[in-house]
Amino acid sequence: MTDRVLIADDEPNIVVSLSFMLKREGYEVLVAPDGTQALAMIRGERPRLVLLDAAMPGLSGFEVCEAVRADPDLSGIRILMLTAKGRDTDIARGMGAGADAYVTKPFSTRELIVRIREMLA
Amino acid sequence: MIQPALVLAVSFGYLLLLVAVAAHGDRRAGQGRSLIDNSLVYALSWGVYCSAWTYFGSVGRAASGGVWFLPIYLGPMLAMLLAWVVLRKMVRIARSYRITSIADFIASRYGKSPLLAALVTLITVVGILPYIALQLKAVSAGYEALTGGPGPADAAWWRDGTLYMALSLAGFAVVFGTRHLDLSERHEGMVAAIAFESAVKLAAFLAVGVFVTYGLFGGMGDIWARAQAQPDIAALLQLGGQGFQGFQGAQWFTLTLLSMLSVLLLPRQFQMMVVECVNERHILPASWQFPAYLLLINIFVLPIAIGGMLIFGDGGAGAESYVLTLPLSQGAEWLALLAYLGGLSAATGMIIVETVAVSTMVCNDLVMPALLSRGRFARTGGDLTQLLLNIRRAAILLVLLLGYLYFRVAGEAYALVSIGLISFAAVAQFAPALLGGMYWRGATRGGALGGLIGGSLVWAYTLMLPSLARSGWIPGGFLDGPFGLAFLAPQRLFGLTGFDELTHSLFWSLLVNVSLYVGLSLAGRASAREASQALLFVEVFQRGEAQPVFWRGRARPEDLRRLAGRFLGAARAEALFRDHARETGTALDSLTADARLVDRVERQIAGAIGTASARVMVESVAQEEPLSLGDVLEIIDEASQVRTYARELEEATVELRAANEKLKSLDQLKDDFMSSVTHELRTPLTSIRALTELMLDTPDIQPAEREEFLAIILSESERLSRLVNQVLDLAKIESGMAEWHNTDVDMKALIVAALRSTAELFRERGAEVVLDLPEQVPMVLADPDRLTQVLVNLLSNAAKFVPEHRGRVEVALRQQGDELVVTVRDNGPGVAPEDQAAVFDKFRQGGEAGNRPPGTGLGLPISRQIVVNLGGRMWLDSQPGQGACFAFSLPLSQQGRVR
Repeated sequence: MTDRVLIADDEPNIVVSLSFMLKREGYEVLVAPDGTQALAMIRGERPRLVLLDAAMPGLSGFEVCEAVRADPDLSGIRILMLTAKGRDTDIARGMGAGADAYVTKPFSTRELIVRIREMLA
Repeated sequence: MIQPALVLAVSFGYLLLLVAVAAHGDRRAGQGRSLIDNSLVYALSWGVYCSAWTYFGSVGRAASGGVWFLPIYLGPMLAMLLAWVVLRKMVRIARSYRITSIADFIASRYGKSPLLAALVTLITVVGILPYIALQLKAVSAGYEALTGGPGPADAAWWRDGTLYMALSLAGFAVVFGTRHLDLSERHEGMVAAIAFESAVKLAAFLAVGVFVTYGLFGGMGDIWARAQAQPDIAALLQLGGQGFQGFQGAQWFTLTLLSMLSVLLLPRQFQMMVVECVNERHILPASWQFPAYLLLINIFVLPIAIGGMLIFGDGGAGAESYVLTLPLSQGAEWLALLAYLGGLSAATGMIIVETVAVSTMVCNDLVMPALLSRGRFARTGGDLTQLLLNIRRAAILLVLLLGYLYFRVAGEAYALVSIGLISFAAVAQFAPALLGGMYWRGATRGGALGGLIGGSLVWAYTLMLPSLARSGWIPGGFLDGPFGLAFLAPQRLFGLTGFDELTHSLFWSLLVNVSLYVGLSLAGRASAREASQALLFVEVFQRGEAQPVFWRGRARPEDLRRLAGRFLGAARAEALFRDHARETGTALDSLTADARLVDRVERQIAGAIGTASARVMVESVAQEEPLSLGDVLEIIDEASQVRTYARELEEATVELRAANEKLKSLDQLKDDFMSSVTHELRTPLTSIRALTELMLDTPDIQPAEREEFLAIILSESERLSRLVNQVLDLAKIESGMAEWHNTDVDMKALIVAALRSTAELFRERGAEVVLDLPEQVPMVLADPDRLTQVLVNLLSNAAKFVPEHRGRVEVALRQQGDELVVTVRDNGPGVAPEDQAAVFDKFRQGGEAGNRPPGTGLGLPISRQIVVNLGGRMWLDSQPGQGACFAFSLPLSQQGRVR
């Protein structure tokens, strides 16, 4: 059975690149354009991994992450935060919210896919 | 009738109770849990104003003169309600300069003059002795009324209970009034006892009042009705009733004024209100609580007076003891005893406080200067605190014994009220010097001396001597004028008739007093010391902490220390120097005797021996440079300069702090901006990098996909360069580095040109553009390229947000007054009210996430900056669902306006 991965990002072009990459690796890809829909899809579709953009309209990535971690039913879901803000405080905020990994944009697809494979292993 | 033994036992039992209250008050003060630190106790302690004279005398006066008892209470009520600010200033002055008596207050104000201090003390003693005698007489008369037997005063003096009463009061005053030398330390036990006494006399008087009004009669209405039935009593109830021809406004005014002054100036009032004031904050509440007290204690005066006249039918004779005889005649012996206790508390309270206050003056202002004038005393080194305390104790005893002597000799000569008023008139002489000195810097020592001497001589001549003449001590012919000179007749001076003797005396004495005070002050010249003290008094509130110190010279710290030790005791002197060292940040050994230290020592000693004597003592150990008037002005100048510098420094600090805050918030803004820019730059970079890598790593990518990726990379590259340009652009405009090529611009032509360059956009979106331009508009002064940038931005924004194929954009140009207004209205989704404020913020983009039209989020902020730089405004009108209308205005150019 293929692993399901949710991409939550409001930049369509980034979604294009991420979903191409994941499909090439054989994952099933889900897409959410903002925080609110992302949370709904996490609850409904139970993806194994979420690639979560930190700065989204509606609920921010941090808030989605906190909501997931606060819900015991969603405990198995792994979260990788993606952010274009590289300040130390942003990273600390992301880890504090309970993300499993934190990657700053722009990222290398080669490195990113290695991280994803590790997290789903 | 009550057994004398019982009366005596109850009296001394009551005195023991007082001792217990006072001891408790002192104990609590020692524990730091002050009993008297609240306004109610403070106000009750003012109740010492109501002496036995008022306790018994008011009823007597009401019985003979109706409402004539009232002014004596109206005065203090008015005084406290109107003049509490005066009192507050007195308290602040006394506190600041450690002033402990009224003599000290006046002397200190006029250059710390020992002569003035002695003069005020003398007037006080002469004026107050009869008043103390009066209290003793009241107690004695009360005893007589209660026991029915011959008054104790009729017995030989060694069997006279009044003497022993006087002696026990002296003992009380000695124990609780001379505990420590420094009078600016308060006597909490004594104040507590006095407040307690005020409560007792109020309760006793009210009890008798209720008994008479509701026990013997059927209430106030009943008494009134019965009084009206008897013509001689009914007459009393009208203003200017029995014994007076018509309403005599002058006498009412005189009595009210007199009691207004005496509530501030009587030594015991000064002691309670000023010296014993725990906290300035109590003054305001006490200044209505005290009038309320007076009101309460007066409610039943008329009912008791009328009730007594109705029952005894004696037309007012013996009315002064109605408070006792009314209950007694009805068999209510315990109530009579309680009433007697009330009178006793009124008398003892007055005597205790008055003797303590007067003894301070006698010691500091009469005995001390005499001792100091003997060089030997001033030079020898020993600790004098005990000696000074003993002098005060002796003074208390002496004053009381003199009072007793006066009572034995002159007791029967005069009615109570008259003696009291003579004393009032004596202390009223202090008013010009004291009140004037607090508010008029020009008043001088010469003026104060002249006024006091003149006023009190006239007082003695017109009031004191006639009273002696009536007692038969001076030949009665004196009243018709000395040596047969009728115009000098003491009660008809210069033929002034038509007044009662009190009004007459007060008129002449205050006239002479004030005239001399003002006249001599204006004519004379103040010495440097007077001028400096005047300043310290008058401007006590303005000066705050930074008071100038008027002293120049040299002194040695060890001399000062020895001096302080002599009057304060070694321990307190030590503490004084230690405090000073700590506050000035110097080591105790390396203290220099600068002006501040000298001033501090002098003030502390002043608390013990009075300002005038303290001055003499400090002079004796220091080499002082006499100050000239010029020096005083210089010192004031320096002090105010220091104040100005301090204020400027404070202002500068505040400004600096504000600037710092502003910088910090600017820094925060910059930080946020950089963070946003970084975010905006990284987002397209992310797509470009990811897609490029993916294409490199996926050799077998579909051509269609590669095409799509390349297109994205291209558009994201364009987005990047647009962003970089706009960020630079905005930075240039905001920092003022942008170049402006302003010229007269035809806005209409500019709009047409901008539309031409955005026509393609509208065609793509299938949107219609409607123009509403006038034939011709005046010119504006602007940079045409920048303005075009603004117009293109607004037009392309509109093009982005209108619905596809149904879009409609209206562009209008109007002249409104001295401005041109351009509006661009679209039929897009509009902007929600909560977002409208933020639309001109950087990196705020409208539209739904995901399908938001491409943009940098900098277009509107840049446009607004441009318009503002050109002297105009930009704003948004929008209702959600009805489209958005962006507008801006620009001022017409000079040329445009002329047209």
